[in-house]
Amino acid sequence: MNMTGSSITLRLSVLSLFFVLAIAGARPVQAAGSETDFRAAYAAAEAANTEAGRLRNQWTVTAEALAAAKKAADKGDFDHAIAVAKEAEALAKASIFQATSEQEAWKNLEIR
Amino acid sequence: MKARLAIHLASAALALAAVAFAAMPAIAADTPDPVADAKAFRNYFVTKFPDVKLEDFVNGPYSMNEDMRRQWEEKEQFPPYEFSLEMGKEMFARPFKNGRSYADCFPNQGIGIRQNYPYFDPGKGKVVTLELALNQCREANGEPSFSYVADEMAALTAYMAFTSRGKPFDIKIPDDPRALEAYQNGKRYFYTRRGQLNFSCATCHVQNPGERMRAEILAPALGILNAMPIYRSEWGGMGTISRRLTTCNSQIRGVPLEPQADEYRDLEYYLSYVSNGLPISGPGARP
Repeated sequence: MNMTGSSITLRLSVLSLFFVLAIAGARPVQAAGSETDFRAAYAAAEAANTEAGRLRNQWTVTAEALAAAKKAADKGDFDHAIAVAKEAEALAKASIFQATSEQEAWKNLEIR
Repeated sequence: MKARLAIHLASAALALAAVAFAAMPAIAADTPDPVADAKAFRNYFVTKFPDVKLEDFVNGPYSMNEDMRRQWEEKEQFPPYEFSLEMGKEMFARPFKNGRSYADCFPNQGIGIRQNYPYFDPGKGKVVTLELALNQCREANGEPSFSYVADEMAALTAYMAFTSRGKPFDIKIPDDPRALEAYQNGKRYFYTRRGQLNFSCATCHVQNPGERMRAEILAPALGILNAMPIYRSEWGGMGTISRRLTTCNSQIRGVPLEPQADEYRDLEYYLSYVSNGLPISGPGARP
């Protein structure tokens, strides 16, 4: 197989063009995905916090994280909004774990 | 054959007895015993602080720290809750629009009765606190209820507490399973960890009274409600029991429940019961 210099150049150009087009084409899809991802992350966090509320054990920091996520999303900063929404979900899940484990664990502190 | 059957039956009976015996302590531990609880509660604090007189626990951090106590005694010459007390006295005496008054809603015209609150109302099947009873009185007489965390409620309870000063807490748990359940719920709330800081009420007021939490000296749980309502320098004003409980929750990064939620009423029932015999000292003043 013997390739000439112009043939290699052509192939590289085609490959470069492909990558440029791929990146350019992927950008709008990625942005739309971010908002969708935010909505999903926020809904998951809200659901976990609602469950914590049912257990009468919500945390103030969860509410603060939810508010911060919404604020970031309103500004169009979906990367940050998703990160904070995920943090809110983690906090809400921790409060659920606390409420569940304390159903028995409180007895360990009791003065007897 | 008969011998084998007898051996099997005997083994089964023995196993059953063993299981029943093993289960007994667990059942006993879960059965509420308010009298034993109150005794253990008091013994814990008396043993932990052998130099503090029993009736002095109602003075909270001042019973734990000599310097603070001296400052407080001087402050009591012109107590910061005096304005609230005067306001409460005046409010209490002022008739409602229908001509009736608070005195008509309470035993002994509302004078010297603070030590009997909260009580369990068998009709409603719930605990009734003094703050709740005051708002029920207002509503029954066509008046709007007060916020449980505002100055008006603090003033009214300050006056009623003042008329009970020196009278020992006398909280009753009637022979009613719902009353015992309310007591147990209050106890569970007191010891349950909550908030991002993972604190229970007991973390501060059982495990660490007398210790500093930032600038504050933590009060012992024994007698902690006897001084309520309180003027807090930190708040720059008066605070009801509702205000104190909701603020405690916020401080540990937990979302407070609504004032006078069942949990808070049951907690007040438990904490007051285990302080039975200690004198009412409210209204109080705290840093």
